[in-house]
Amino acid sequence: MALLEITNLTVEFATAHGSLRAVDQVSLSLDAGDIVAIVGESGSGKSVAMLALMGLLPWTATITADQMSFDGKDLLTMNPKQRRAIIGKDISMIFQEPMTSLNPCFNVEYQISEVLAQHFGGSRRSYKHRVIELLEKVGIPAPETRLKAYPHQLSGGMSQRVMIAMMIACEPKLLIADEPTTALDVTIQAQILELLVELQKANGMALVLITHDMAVVAETADRVVVQYAGQQVEQRPVTELFNNPRHPYTEALLSALPEYAKEKTLNAIPGVVPGQLDRPVGCLFNPRCEHAQDLCRQQPPERSEGILCHYPLPLKSALKAASTSPTEVIL
Amino acid sequence: MTSLTTTTSYSVRSQQWREFWFYFSVSKTAVAGLVFLIGMVIMAIFADLISPHLPTEQYREFAEIPPAWMEGGQMRFFLGTDYAGRDMLSRIIHGARLSLIAGCIVVLMSASIGILLGLVAGFRGGWVETIIMRVMDTIMAVPGLLMALVLVAVLGPGLLNAMVAIAITYTPSFVRLTRASTLSEINKDYVTASKVAGAGPMRLMFISILPNCMAPLIVQGTLSFSTAILDTAALGFLGMGAQAPQPEWGTLIAENRDLMLSAPWTVTFPGIAILLAVLAINLMGDGLRDALDPKLKRS
Amino acid sequence: MNQQALIQARDLHKYYTIKTGIFRPNQSLQALSGASFDLYAGQTLAVVGESGCGKSTLARLLTLIEQPTAGQLSFDGIDLASANEKEVARKLRQTIQMVFQDPFGSLNPRQKVGDILQEPLIINTDLNANQRRDRVLELMQRVGLLDEHIHRYPHMFSGGQRQRIAIARALILKPKIVVLDEPVSALDVSIQAQVLNLLIELQQELGLAYVFISHDLSVVRHIADQVLVMYLGKPVEQGLSEAVFNNPQHPYTQALLSATPQANTHRKGERIRLTGELPSPLNPPSGCSFHPRCQNATAQCKTTAPVMEQHGDVSVACLLLK
Repeated sequence: MALLEITNLTVEFATAHGSLRAVDQVSLSLDAGDIVAIVGESGSGKSVAMLALMGLLPWTATITADQMSFDGKDLLTMNPKQRRAIIGKDISMIFQEPMTSLNPCFNVEYQISEVLAQHFGGSRRSYKHRVIELLEKVGIPAPETRLKAYPHQLSGGMSQRVMIAMMIACEPKLLIADEPTTALDVTIQAQILELLVELQKANGMALVLITHDMAVVAETADRVVVQYAGQQVEQRPVTELFNNPRHPYTEALLSALPEYAKEKTLNAIPGVVPGQLDRPVGCLFNPRCEHAQDLCRQQPPERSEGILCHYPLPLKSALKAASTSPTEVIL
Repeated sequence: MTSLTTTTSYSVRSQQWREFWFYFSVSKTAVAGLVFLIGMVIMAIFADLISPHLPTEQYREFAEIPPAWMEGGQMRFFLGTDYAGRDMLSRIIHGARLSLIAGCIVVLMSASIGILLGLVAGFRGGWVETIIMRVMDTIMAVPGLLMALVLVAVLGPGLLNAMVAIAITYTPSFVRLTRASTLSEINKDYVTASKVAGAGPMRLMFISILPNCMAPLIVQGTLSFSTAILDTAALGFLGMGAQAPQPEWGTLIAENRDLMLSAPWTVTFPGIAILLAVLAINLMGDGLRDALDPKLKRS
Repeated sequence: MNQQALIQARDLHKYYTIKTGIFRPNQSLQALSGASFDLYAGQTLAVVGESGCGKSTLARLLTLIEQPTAGQLSFDGIDLASANEKEVARKLRQTIQMVFQDPFGSLNPRQKVGDILQEPLIINTDLNANQRRDRVLELMQRVGLLDEHIHRYPHMFSGGQRQRIAIARALILKPKIVVLDEPVSALDVSIQAQVLNLLIELQQELGLAYVFISHDLSVVRHIADQVLVMYLGKPVEQGLSEAVFNNPQHPYTQALLSATPQANTHRKGERIRLTGELPSPLNPPSGCSFHPRCQNATAQCKTTAPVMEQHGDVSVACLLLK
């Protein structure tokens, strides 16, 4: 039985201009120990889907799904009390801005021990040793000296480590990381990503990594889900995806990267992601797709072989093909 | 980059108003407040046409007549008459004019001076800021009404002097709000961009920064309006504001003070008028605050 | 290219004094310690580094928002030291302009786009309203926006469009040099490519010189002719883009390149792990600023600060290369 099973999740927001469909029929299945990356640009709904899973969306959101279950428990019909018992304990989430996700009024020890006390009972003070242990685990040097530090006294990398410590305190089975390194410097980013993968291996945790950075995906994930305008367009193992993207959007996204540019001009994707008011008829990507044909402009595509496209790009053989596959680049 | 219709300056403006109205009308009480305020403004503008009698005309033989629905009342004097036989309804209608004008002038005076001082304080910093803020602190340290009384005692009683006095006591709140907004906006990239383009301090203050501080100022202005009406009435009640026979609502209550038990309608109706006006403006101000917030978030 | 350099910077320093209380002595924040470079028309200099490396300070010095504490800086022959007269300042402002990082914060939310673009013209030129309008429309078209967009407010545009507006604003005074502070970092990949293409086109068409500040090495490699790598306010490596990327000499440059993730699944080579955090600029390490995190640090690195020296195609500040 899969650890996390989401089938056809749809999230709609009520706004001043009508209903906005932020997530459209997204499915995801995770086992313990999986590392899945959800990739997409702004408007792709990648964060919203996971926030819906955690129950963190505002009241204006309507969540519907065929199935949304974690560890055998149905998340759709759960009452808030049962949900609170799981969130933070079995499912955890870390966010993009470490400087603002920690409460500025409380010190490090307070915040981490609060999580432990909430889920395991007892007083906060009794968890001091566990807090020190956790801070060591996330690579903070001399953790005893950091216990009384406040978030504004920590650097970006440190804050993110504290955040991670907080979120793995209860040894969750699933950790969702929403752009955990986007706000950090490159060398710190490398450290944090390594830390996440290490922790994942040590605890047998499932890790969902939400990012817009294809490079991070290539180096960290096992499986990749590509989202566009709220829809899931492709879901493949990572090596296959990079060597042989089958959805035109994935192909376009990879070739737009500076690393794959062959001349000074980059292969930009023309146009913009459709917003609420200008959703195209037929396939949502068709105005920007260089392979689009008449059928694409008229009918929304069905999912075939896991790809949401009328004409998915063909599977290549194991040998590297000449023109369209990305070449190796060593920086 | 889609544009379904040609965008003109007019269509952008009207779209913004429509959006504003959408968020404002979510609160029904705010809309009710707005409607009442508009009614009051109409009443004030057309007071001469609407009121059945002149506010200063005395009907000596009809002094202290109760309202029309009580025993002894007449339809001719719908809300009764006061101690000198003047029609209450007419006096209250004309009093609306005085209250609204007083509120407007007070807010305009305190806001214009307060915003200017706040901008300068936030922009210049240093000792200029210190001086301005300490003076404002001093003004705020004295209870508002007391300070207004002192100022009126110095300047002499009268509606205009009362307005000036009250305006001075409201200035610090505008200064503080503006300075706070200025400090938070001044480090933003668009201000730096204007500096790089060569903008001088005047342009930076009034064209770059001030429009971005307007939302809390508008809300503060609206709420000050209602407080100004209350304070004008209080000063009028104490005899330091509008002088009799001006039908300002506070003055109305003051001159009929002795009749509180024998002819309660002479003090009750002006009191209700003050209550409704202040309530309506406050409700509208709340709705305004909510409507201006989402716009702030988006931009 | 035989003309003189558009920017000549020699040994630029910028220190800030921080008051730390009434009873303690003022601390000195060394935001920038000794940057030097020459930049010619049509070329791009990329300034690379992480937080606290001084690249934003350099941007502020170049756009005349602040004055350097020491060092010489001249633009198109005009020395900054003589720029106290209003006329010279005005001319300099028309020579060098800036595009900011945050497309959502760099445009005044309460001004229409047309007014935002006209502002530099109103301040600096004597054009009448019609001439200004023509220039604004000309630039709007050039960056790929429609005429009618001048009536709209910034929040009605997407991130990529706002950045185009910011680029239009930077070009409206016909500058020769544009400082770009992380212009595409806040944009999605597909939009990033569009905006970069626009910048490259404009550079080729108008012969602009770019100072391109970024932490994204794949973008830098694509667009830069020269690269300046900075750490904690000091330059550590500098040279032609090809040379720096293909054969990095300084341990920090090597670590930076190694830490940058690549979008392919066949990674070669051992990753260099940098331990520790970036030190605070208020309290820089003694000697070589990088020594606490450098794997090859020696005792000498703790005491002696290295200077930039030429090694082949690049300048490097490292004691180990002597």
